[in-house]
Amino acid sequence: MASLAIRNVEKRFLEQDHRVYALSGVSLEVKSGEFLVLVGPSGCGKSTLLNIIAGLESPDSGEVLIDGRPITGPGPDRALVFQDGALFPWLNVRKNVEFGMRQKGISRRDAEERAVYILEQVGLAKFAENDIHSLSGGMRQRVAIARVLALEPEVLLMDEPFSALDAITREDLYVELQQLWLKRGTTIVFVTHNTREAVTLGDRVLLLATDPGRIQLEVKVDILRPRHIDDVNVARTAQLLSGAMRRERKNSQREVEADELDSSSDILRDLDTSVVHRSQ
Amino acid sequence: MLFPSPWKVGATLLTEIRDGTLINATAISLRRVLLGYSISLLVGIPLGILLATNRWAEDTVGALVSAFQSLPSVCWLPLALLWFGLNDKAILFVVIAGSLVSICTAVQDGVKNLPATYVKAAQTMGTPTLRIYSQVLLPASLPAVLTGAKLGWAYAWRALMSGELLFVSLGLGQMLMQGRELADMSQVLSVMIVIMCLGLMTDRVIFGSLERHVRRRWGMAK
Repeated sequence: MASLAIRNVEKRFLEQDHRVYALSGVSLEVKSGEFLVLVGPSGCGKSTLLNIIAGLESPDSGEVLIDGRPITGPGPDRALVFQDGALFPWLNVRKNVEFGMRQKGISRRDAEERAVYILEQVGLAKFAENDIHSLSGGMRQRVAIARVLALEPEVLLMDEPFSALDAITREDLYVELQQLWLKRGTTIVFVTHNTREAVTLGDRVLLLATDPGRIQLEVKVDILRPRHIDDVNVARTAQLLSGAMRRERKNSQREVEADELDSSSDILRDLDTSVVHRSQ
Repeated sequence: MLFPSPWKVGATLLTEIRDGTLINATAISLRRVLLGYSISLLVGIPLGILLATNRWAEDTVGALVSAFQSLPSVCWLPLALLWFGLNDKAILFVVIAGSLVSICTAVQDGVKNLPATYVKAAQTMGTPTLRIYSQVLLPASLPAVLTGAKLGWAYAWRALMSGELLFVSLGLGQMLMQGRELADMSQVLSVMIVIMCLGLMTDRVIFGSLERHVRRRWGMAK
């Protein structure tokens, strides 16, 4: 478990000779043990931000700290679950889970023991010796999660891990992920473009806006866990986020009008949810 | 006799096997091709991975590899003969020149088409760079390596035959030429049959079983 501090992070990309601000002066804190969700339309820089936390990309300016230490590169304390799982097809399920542990220098026997234990936790003990391709999409993402949990990361990073799955599988995984998180209390930063998914999973949801990529809105979600995606409170809070996202898209250059959000917060008063304005 | 009967070819084949000339020639040719091919694999696979992952290497060595690829391997023979003289080394050089480049290019293409998330995943799990090459890129590119190996084998074999045909050096190629010089068409055909059988065997037995293994692991279409 660890906390993250992101301060004034800027990231620019050169696109057809003009600079696109993937991230412009983004600052946020993630408390130890918090489940934070970054949601936003494509191109808002949410994945870029996640990659920066993972150490796979570096910011043009600003700093990213984990427990006060600056992040200089990728490492197993900030393991990342990818959208496509990124499992290794040349290894079977158990060896995929062992891979990271072996990199850490854990002995073959201990790694194997631990891999079997973790596969049990995600309900895949029976499939330990299977080839990756023989698993369904949902099972693959469970393996991908098991693979990083085995490393006991201080922060678990997830980049749209469920977006390629069918609805039923996804709903099962929402519940499983919440249970795993409640049990382990790992800090999680989760990226998605789906507002319902965001509200189902997050303690706190940050809505990011596009060009320049920045934090537009912060929503604290206090709905009882484990939450279900069809929960009324989840649905209504998600609606607020989708509404804000849509308005932002419409008048992309103009600031979101404050009173529009104020009226939304009125609705939310009885929803165990609170909105915090972020002006940057 | 330009069209010997199948019986005549069969009989020639039998005598050539009995008196050992065919076995000897096959052994000599196989030794050459295996040696050259092994060197090509040992150099070509790592080189292909390097070219696919290192921009600088691709811009320099990569351009050279592409240029060499357009050169039929037998074009190296005059140069090889001047450098090494009329001996096995020259033949070996031509075999390597023929297969290394194709192995390297196939592996390079294969590695370039790998999902970028393999390397990223390995990095976030704390894998050091050198081990990413040996434990991620190399095994991940196995299907591409296999394609390259098959292609390389075909090129190595072709290069060897053209080399052996063009100057006296024992081996199957020379046996072919000898058949021509003696106007012994049944010898020519019997050697051609042996070459085809060798090709069929390596394709079915060696590459076939490797391919089945990879397809099963990766879950590719049967």
